[in-house]
Amino acid sequence: MTHTNLTYVDWIIMLLYFVFVLGIGFALKRFMKTSKDFFQAGRALPAWICGLAFISANLGAQEVIGMGASGAKYGIATSHFYWIGAIPAMIFVGIFMMPFYYGSKARSVPEFLRLRFDEKTRALNACSFAVMTVFSSGISMYAMARLIQTLHVFDYIFLSAGLPLGWIFHLSIILSAIIVLGYIFLGGLTSAIYNEVLQFFLIIAGFLPLVLIGLKSVGGWQGLKASMPNPSYLHSWQGMAHANTNPLGVEWFGLAMGLGFVLSFGYWCTDFLVIQTAMATDTQENARRVPLIAAIPKMFFPFLVILPGLLAIGAATPKVTTVQHTDASGAIVRETTIPTEVELKGQGLVPAKTDPITGKIVLDASGKPLLDYDLAIPSMLLHYFPTGILGLGLTALLASFMSGMAGNVTAFNTVWTYDLYQSYIHKGASDKHYLAMGRWATVGGILLSMATAYAATGFNNIMDTLQLVFSFVNAPLFATFLLGMFWKRATGNGAFIGLISGTVAAVVHHGLTLPIEAHPGLHGGWIAIVHHYPSDMAQNFWTAIWAFSTNFVVTIIVSMFGQPKPESELVGLVHSLTPKPELGHLPWWRRPEALAVVLLVMVVTLNIIFR
Amino acid sequence: MNLDLRIPMGLMFTLVGLILTVFGMVTQGSPIYARSLGINANLYWGMVLLVFGGTMYLLGRRGQRRADREARKSGSSGTIGTARRGH
Repeated sequence: MTHTNLTYVDWIIMLLYFVFVLGIGFALKRFMKTSKDFFQAGRALPAWICGLAFISANLGAQEVIGMGASGAKYGIATSHFYWIGAIPAMIFVGIFMMPFYYGSKARSVPEFLRLRFDEKTRALNACSFAVMTVFSSGISMYAMARLIQTLHVFDYIFLSAGLPLGWIFHLSIILSAIIVLGYIFLGGLTSAIYNEVLQFFLIIAGFLPLVLIGLKSVGGWQGLKASMPNPSYLHSWQGMAHANTNPLGVEWFGLAMGLGFVLSFGYWCTDFLVIQTAMATDTQENARRVPLIAAIPKMFFPFLVILPGLLAIGAATPKVTTVQHTDASGAIVRETTIPTEVELKGQGLVPAKTDPITGKIVLDASGKPLLDYDLAIPSMLLHYFPTGILGLGLTALLASFMSGMAGNVTAFNTVWTYDLYQSYIHKGASDKHYLAMGRWATVGGILLSMATAYAATGFNNIMDTLQLVFSFVNAPLFATFLLGMFWKRATGNGAFIGLISGTVAAVVHHGLTLPIEAHPGLHGGWIAIVHHYPSDMAQNFWTAIWAFSTNFVVTIIVSMFGQPKPESELVGLVHSLTPKPELGHLPWWRRPEALAVVLLVMVVTLNIIFR
Repeated sequence: MNLDLRIPMGLMFTLVGLILTVFGMVTQGSPIYARSLGINANLYWGMVLLVFGGTMYLLGRRGQRRADREARKSGSSGTIGTARRGH
């Protein structure tokens, strides 16, 4: 990056944000009297706060940076992650699943599984979920550290102190760890939720001006169209009949089933990271509304996070330019701007990728420099924002990373304390004891995240990495919940064995297939190569489809051979045995179902406009 | 009983808006705005944030006062008032 002129204004804004984030934690500390206050926000937060936190919990590193990166790499087809990959699932979880999550009084998603199925199913889910939250949190930490390093914001401080620049990475990790640890330790889930809402508005504050300036600079939507490397960049459904004719490398079925159904429902309907924010609200009615409230901004966020990616790839690639002018004293001044090597070898405002350890540019199999799509958005910020608002933009970016960490850490400390510690290690202790345990679990979670932060390289797009992890863990999971909530005959054994076979199917599928142009290993094909996929994403989606289907079929078969729980124990846990909520007193437009229909119409319209 | 989020959030955005607006006024016409196509992004966006922050803060104060009033009422009337609170 050539122009990293952060001034005192930028630093003040950043500092202000950190002060407020910790300040909110301190202000909430006195309300943290019971473990329910700490882990569940007392179940007393208003719906709008939970709704914004619901979407914001999801707006971690993978969204802001990853979506910008995918936008630069795949074009507006990335919006599928929102319009197909999120909205239908959010509507489903709000309308159909929240009554069971909230009504069952379960304190976490694994606890719901214990109520519905049995202990071993809960244990399996709790363990795999704990690992996944730590992984996600670590990725957020890593991404933030990498970003700070690449933007060279700490360079002059380190150089003047005589410290090696390589320590910047470590400092970022430690700093983000301390801040997140600080406010969660003090204020628990409430603190995490409040800061997530703060972060939501901060993202809008930081990115809306970027989109406006970027669009103006490229000449509006028409200008954007003209600058795209490929016309399909602005059509989300073009070429979806076959994997080879669209930039995502997935055909419509793989997209709809893999992303639209399995992965997205697997995430939005079962991931405690988001579910915990909906369970923190004050009534069951509001719990149903929370995902729907969240779906509204979610629908329009593509314009805030994906569009900058498109603008980045469509912008002019920096080149050596010489400007000549006559200054006040009559002398002729010639100024040459030489972009850095990564900028010259990039495309548009997306620089080339460098190895974080050696600093050399990474080349693909054919010798071309790989593009570091994750730097699309930061690059845009540095290019268009003058000092002042630049501080705001960078703060918004940092906020999204820390919020991603925080959501995962609160999910982890709850699952650890209630589902692992209280259930298996130390039952029947006082509430104070578990509250203290929750605080220590926060420390442990952060430490584990730091450990995983050092292992997050290999893909040139964070999205791909996370989708892989999610597909291994989540895709089979959704089949379990679907059957659990809607089929009273599903048994604990069925769920348990189904989950295991689903995960095994995911791993095996990954080991047997490989995307074209990738090397066997982290990208698959480590058992044998039986099939090639056109892209990482196609492979991820199909892994998910296999995992889900295997779990679904196996759960049904094993359940048929066993005895289900008596119906009396399943009231409030299964759809057919739960009385429908009494909403007759509400006017039709206030019912959650009405909002859901409006959302569906809107999302279909958006898909048609940008097909 | 809880803190109304709009108070600290409104405060923060008001402060940020203030900083950007003042900085924008001070740097009016400076070459730093060449990269943002000559637009004084700090001034305009600063004002937007100022309005947003102020609105949030006032709504928050109103909400907090209402919540405090309700808490005091339910405290004196026993358990009746707590029926609507969390469970």
